Amino acid sequence: MLYRENGQFKTSYRADQQIFPILQDRVAIGLLLVFAFAVVPLVAPEYLFRAILIPFLILSLAALGLNILVGYCGQISLGTGAFMAIGAYAAYNFQVRVEGMPLIASLLLGGVCATIVGVLFGIPSLRIKGLYLAVATLAAQFFTDWAFLRIKWFTNDSASGSVSVASLQVLGFPIVTPAQKYLFCLAFVVVFALLAKNLVRSHIGREWMAIRDMDVAASVIGIRPVYAKLSAFAVSSFIVGVAGALWGFVHLGSWEPAAFSIDRSFQLLFMVIIGGLGSIMGSFFGAAFIVMLPIGLDILGVRVGFDTAFAAHLTFMIFGVLIVFFLIVEPHGLARLWSTAKEKLRLWPFPH
Amino acid sequence: MKLKSLALAVTLASAGASAILTAPPAFAQAKEQFFPALVYRTGPYAPNGVPYANGYVDYLKLVNARGGINGVKVTWEECETGYATDKGVECYERLKGKNGGATVFQPLSTGITFALTEKAPIDKIPLITAGYGRSESTDGNVFKWNFPLTGTYWDAADVILQHIAKKEGGWDKLKGKKIAHVYHDSPYGKEPIPLLQERAKLHGFELMMLPVAHPGVEQKAAWLQIRQQRPDFVTLWGWGVMNGTALKEAQATGYPRDKMYGVWWAGAEPDVKDVGDGAKGYNALALQHGAEPNAAVVKEVLDKLHAKGQGTGPKEEVGQVLYMRGLTQAMLAVEGVRRAQERYGKGKVMTGEQARWGYENLALDQPKLDALGFKGVMRPISTSCADHRGAVWARMHTWDGAKWNFSSDWYEADQSIIKPMIKAAAEKYAAEKKITRRTPEDCQT
Repeated sequence: MLYRENGQFKTSYRADQQIFPILQDRVAIGLLLVFAFAVVPLVAPEYLFRAILIPFLILSLAALGLNILVGYCGQISLGTGAFMAIGAYAAYNFQVRVEGMPLIASLLLGGVCATIVGVLFGIPSLRIKGLYLAVATLAAQFFTDWAFLRIKWFTNDSASGSVSVASLQVLGFPIVTPAQKYLFCLAFVVVFALLAKNLVRSHIGREWMAIRDMDVAASVIGIRPVYAKLSAFAVSSFIVGVAGALWGFVHLGSWEPAAFSIDRSFQLLFMVIIGGLGSIMGSFFGAAFIVMLPIGLDILGVRVGFDTAFAAHLTFMIFGVLIVFFLIVEPHGLARLWSTAKEKLRLWPFPH
Repeated sequence: MKLKSLALAVTLASAGASAILTAPPAFAQAKEQFFPALVYRTGPYAPNGVPYANGYVDYLKLVNARGGINGVKVTWEECETGYATDKGVECYERLKGKNGGATVFQPLSTGITFALTEKAPIDKIPLITAGYGRSESTDGNVFKWNFPLTGTYWDAADVILQHIAKKEGGWDKLKGKKIAHVYHDSPYGKEPIPLLQERAKLHGFELMMLPVAHPGVEQKAAWLQIRQQRPDFVTLWGWGVMNGTALKEAQATGYPRDKMYGVWWAGAEPDVKDVGDGAKGYNALALQHGAEPNAAVVKEVLDKLHAKGQGTGPKEEVGQVLYMRGLTQAMLAVEGVRRAQERYGKGKVMTGEQARWGYENLALDQPKLDALGFKGVMRPISTSCADHRGAVWARMHTWDGAKWNFSSDWYEADQSIIKPMIKAAAEKYAAEKKITRRTPEDCQT
């Protein structure tokens, strides 16, 4: 009833090619953005910012990056944590070694370094596919773990191998309070999500999807696999690298390689799979599911009065069951559930 | 299709539920002193985390049974970190504002300590990292909010080397010897390395660095190197499952256990229990206390709590090494508040900022400790602006196959070596973070 496109005629190509062709969607997204940028910083308590919103935003950015590689180009990667680590440590090195380096520049340069390494580790994808590629990207994970633990230069010779960043500021504005950090991350996420969305709608994105669906057919119609696969690796690791730099700089403030361990890679892969492969929206759903649900369950367990250990175990169990449940019911992830819901809403309340 | 609508319903319900749950409760102004407890009762480090958490909570219960801190009751809440840094940060955020504000955080993880060191000064909540954390945070002029009470890893490494030197008959006997440092590959295991290197330079012994990846169940490579190179001594910087595994590997390699020296986190019952006789002769540092089944405070806990069924965890573990560690750390947290009350008003709830003054001016002499039931468990401790440790004493204890027995006298870490290192490291940190040293006036506040 409310959600119908009846009467909305598209009279130009521009109108037909919008990201959100339906007026209601545009309004909803606009309201959401206003809410996120203007209302949330005023009303949300500190806990919500620091423990939920900031991790959620940064991990959705990382999931978005991974989704480009796995969901759009079909190249399974288990090296996401590694690319995050490279982004974080590279940004850290730019920050401490170059006097007066602006924060945003070092974050982006962190992403550039991750891109270079990502492309390097993407080269095997030209010869190997599927699970074998996953194993090859796993090598990236082990290599970076090793490098950042062993090579002292990367950690600025810190005795303990842990690095930390000084007070953050952008063009003289300090990024100190949780609300400022939140807005900073939000701005990054919005810009990158917009870029990513447009990228996957462009000819590059279509090349990726062609490669994903059938690489032989794609190369027959004139798509160069080298270019398509490596560009997917490059874009993906750039976004993941920036997300890693944000994770270190904004969320943790001080980190060690364990913050970007293999667990992080799996966590992000789960986000992408549960959220929905090949969907920008799905990355956000997946991140929300994986970040918020365990915390919510944990708080619920403690509030009900279970002891801490039992609550923690219970969280693991329920969380695991929910993952299995969602994968059985909707293998295409939460994003597909979302579009099913939208389809139903179009017909509501008279489905027949 | 039905299943799909069910899925939709579940999604909406869980989204709504987490939205409600994660909204924090209204902060009531409490009349109680709140001690958040970051614990890990799950994960690979749980065998060691659980007794610590039990001791910590039991002491807080005991404080209430004794009538509170000058009448102020204490309250606490646990949060499970699983030893993971990001989970620890979430717990910190969750607990710091609850029940009128957190008094102090004791994360029991070097990784979490590093992350919280950046946050604590902003939130004005002190951090006690008794026996772990950043060594340079001893320098209270730079690290205003960190309190590595009773010693750091540099002190620990120094005491172990002193003990080895004494056994060998003097520092000059170490020349040409080979010492292998088997460590957890994290900030925790790496902390002592600068001191070990400094001592190696001074006395001419050789160091072998053998890192073990988290969580520490895979150590074959490290022990293969030990088998090949036969170091004269092994220092073990492990935690949780890593310690037991190291001892089993030593047994399999045939490396003499009495040449192995663990840090104070590698010297508790859960580390050696499974190895039993195989760990006989293994030495570890005791962070002042060892296993103290006969201490007055332990008897009091058993009488006042466990006898009434109010104790935490199994009764048999009361008085074991890590239980005592939790107990003493809770005691230090509480006594800091008591000290702060002397200045800011007895019988009042202290804020984190006020408690910080208490931790910086701790003056626990022997009569006070004895009165608390810590006779023979702890030595006097007094902190100041320049020294946030308060004491640098430690002993060795040795596993005899059934229990830990003290096997050495007290050692004091050699500050003539450590002090310049702390100063240099703190200066470096201050320069990186653009922190200016605190003025003498600031020390009064």
